Amino acid sequence: MKDFSREEIDFVLDTAEKLEPAARGLEKSRLLDGKLVALLFFEPSTRTRLSFETAVNRLGGKTINLGSVEASSVMKGENLADTIRVVSGYADVIVMRHPKDGAGRMASEFSSVPIINGGDGSVHHPTQTILDLYTIRRESHLEGLKIAMAGDLKYGRTVHSLCQALALYGADMTFVSPPELRMPPEIVRELKRQKIRVKETDSFEGIIGDVEVLYMTRVQRERFPDPEEYLKVADSLRIDAKLLKAAKPELKVLHPLPRVNEIEHDVDSTPHACYFEQAFYGVPTRMALLALVAGVIK
Amino acid sequence: MREKRDLKVQAIEKGTVIDHIPAGQALNVLHILGISGDFKSTVSFVMNAQGARGKKDVVKIEGKEINVGELNKIALIAPGATVNIIRNFEVKRKYNVIIPNYIEGVLRCINPNCISNSKEPIKSKFAVLQSEEKEVFLRCVYCNSIIYENIVRHLF
Ligand SMILES: [Zn+2]
Repeated sequence: MKDFSREEIDFVLDTAEKLEPAARGLEKSRLLDGKLVALLFFEPSTRTRLSFETAVNRLGGKTINLGSVEASSVMKGENLADTIRVVSGYADVIVMRHPKDGAGRMASEFSSVPIINGGDGSVHHPTQTILDLYTIRRESHLEGLKIAMAGDLKYGRTVHSLCQALALYGADMTFVSPPELRMPPEIVRELKRQKIRVKETDSFEGIIGDVEVLYMTRVQRERFPDPEEYLKVADSLRIDAKLLKAAKPELKVLHPLPRVNEIEHDVDSTPHACYFEQAFYGVPTRMALLALVAGVIK
Repeated sequence: MREKRDLKVQAIEKGTVIDHIPAGQALNVLHILGISGDFKSTVSFVMNAQGARGKKDVVKIEGKEINVGELNKIALIAPGATVNIIRNFEVKRKYNVIIPNYIEGVLRCINPNCISNSKEPIKSKFAVLQSEEKEVFLRCVYCNSIIYENIVRHLF
């Protein structure tokens, strides 16, 4: 995401907005008519895969894929570089997800067709960031946003990437996490260098009433050697409808999903819940990326 | 003049003399240059030589002028090194190594899950960057992992 300028991001988001009626099935798009998109998922990620598959279909394109089981057997013994060279002979675009860090970058060196990185290792998840930005733009606003991000901010790549992208628009950021899962200091330093107002805290106290977007993330059990400690932390970072009573009416709660228990189900029926809509926005943003890399929109 | 005399003590007729290598790094310099037992020319080195600026290592490669691009790679571990191209027992050319801004092969990425550490037909690639404090660090082009210190430990 670091490599994108604000203008480039805006262009993708504008394109997504134009494609949104087609994503909702209100219009028919034939942009990918006659095009074949290979979905190469070398690790299971049903959610992301489903979203891409929907996007291709909504654009009138066709998909081929490895099938998640075959991915591990058929391709066994063959390196990724060879697989990419073979598949780029079949398809017009490749969407790839791979467990190794940097696999997307390597694939683009070997492919004769455009590659969309649907996540590699723990590093990149560029399409998630674009869809988060799109959600914020549609449901709130990007310019000078007051946002709080909560949960595992140390290892959560989604939030690292998101706050770097939001910095391009100017923002007021509050990071809510236990001390052991704080935002990496180099990211905070970089944000401050870009004149972003940053506040770090370990609870929601005094935060909820002040923000326009609350971005929630999971806290993974594995991060805590002591189960008691995990429960304590997870509990302090849980939101429910009662807590949101203090919120501004326009507050939107986002979450990359799946959630564990950080958002109580009673939040779902409040006007603040935005995470299912966010999941839907993955479709128009992926449609935009597909159409742009396939060169059918310029 | 002093320099010339120093070099002449262990004079070579033609070739490359790499001077002002930090003490103890001579072998790593050879390693980066890919110079090992099957190298055709005579290679000699001095370790812990007493130079004007403290202890240093010196490497001499006889009969071969190593190309600048190759030599600049050693700036990663020997940024103050100077290179003397010798012809006819004379220093024909002398220059300081410059830290390249991009480096391929040479080092292994610190991230075990990096694609460059798997059985793919690629070389590791790093962007060479400098902090505000002028300290050199490397960023893996594939996985973005950063090597801040002890760069030597990550040589292949
Ligand atoms: Zn790497």
